[in-house]
Amino acid sequence: MSLTSIPKPRSTYKAGRSNNFEMNSWLFMRGSGLLLVVLVIGHLFVNLWQGDGIQQIDFAFVAGKWASPFWQIWDLAMLWLAMLHGMNGLRTIINDYASRGGTKFTLKTLLYFATFVTVVLGTLVIFTFDPCIDPASTLEVCTNR
Amino acid sequence: MDVTVKILRYNPEVSEDASWESYQVSAEPTDRVLDALHKVKWDLDGSLTFRRSCAHGVCGSDAMRINGKNRLACKTLIKDVNPSQPISVEPIKGLPVLKDLVVDMEPFFDAYRSVMPFLVTSGNEPTRERLQSQTDRERFDDTTKCILCAACTTSCPVYWTDGQYFGPQAIVGAHRFIFDSRDEGTDQRLEILNDKEGVWRCRTTFNCTEACPRGIEVTKAIQEVKRALIFRR
Repeated sequence: MSLTSIPKPRSTYKAGRSNNFEMNSWLFMRGSGLLLVVLVIGHLFVNLWQGDGIQQIDFAFVAGKWASPFWQIWDLAMLWLAMLHGMNGLRTIINDYASRGGTKFTLKTLLYFATFVTVVLGTLVIFTFDPCIDPASTLEVCTNR
Repeated sequence: MDVTVKILRYNPEVSEDASWESYQVSAEPTDRVLDALHKVKWDLDGSLTFRRSCAHGVCGSDAMRINGKNRLACKTLIKDVNPSQPISVEPIKGLPVLKDLVVDMEPFFDAYRSVMPFLVTSGNEPTRERLQSQTDRERFDDTTKCILCAACTTSCPVYWTDGQYFGPQAIVGAHRFIFDSRDEGTDQRLEILNDKEGVWRCRTTFNCTEACPRGIEVTKAIQEVKRALIFRR
């Protein structure tokens, strides 16, 4: 031990509650970005290029796709990842550019509300989708019932 | 050759507003912008205020925005900043201007202090120096070059809009000790930079790397700290 003790240098940094939120959101952006590249290109390929391409898209096409749990999960993953990825991106932009606390709060509240509504409605549609909602439907699944 | 230097003047005792003023000086193409500023101050207008100490790119006093880019006036040659047009000289952005080209560096130094830029060790002190292998020394060699001129921090768009961000320089200062094999304060420093205003606010625009007069790869250093945070423990 040295004889003289030197006090710690003055520090203005106030340690807040330690958490990894910003790190995790940074990692999420990278991970979801990579996944979305695969999901979105796959989605575009199947919907717009395979078979008859863009001409095939109608109610029946969507009903046919969502009859399979594979496409339900695919679309669900796309919805959640795209919405959360976009929300997080906008959150960082608001943090970067809105300097006043009130503006920050208002914009973020609007953002979280919009994200919540879209994600909940989208999820609801994917899981409660009924191909025979129209009683006069001529789709095969409905006429065979 | 005759050179026009356009300087953003500000004197709060005279006017609240900053205004551009042009000065004609004669300079060699191989003169530095600092020489032109000296000519203005010594021969034309003694009220011009700017910082400079060593005048040889070591002390980091004379960082300023020359033709829209952060540089050291003492390391920038007239011929490299298109002297056929007026050369614009402004104070660095993001820190409060006190007068002319002099800014208040305290917020900048505060951020630097808060990452504990000093060796943290425990146990008995060795009787001689703390030895380190050449490879271990090489690991953080780049970030030892920092002269605290603030060119990087004041070129960062995130720092411009939010002075709460630590800024590139503080992260460079932390990097120098985080990757030092003799230091034991790594966890504390990483925890500080894991903050909401820490490394995760970096948008990798590379302004800092471009601005650094010492050629430090600032953005790379910030990414290395991010990686250390992700893969620690």
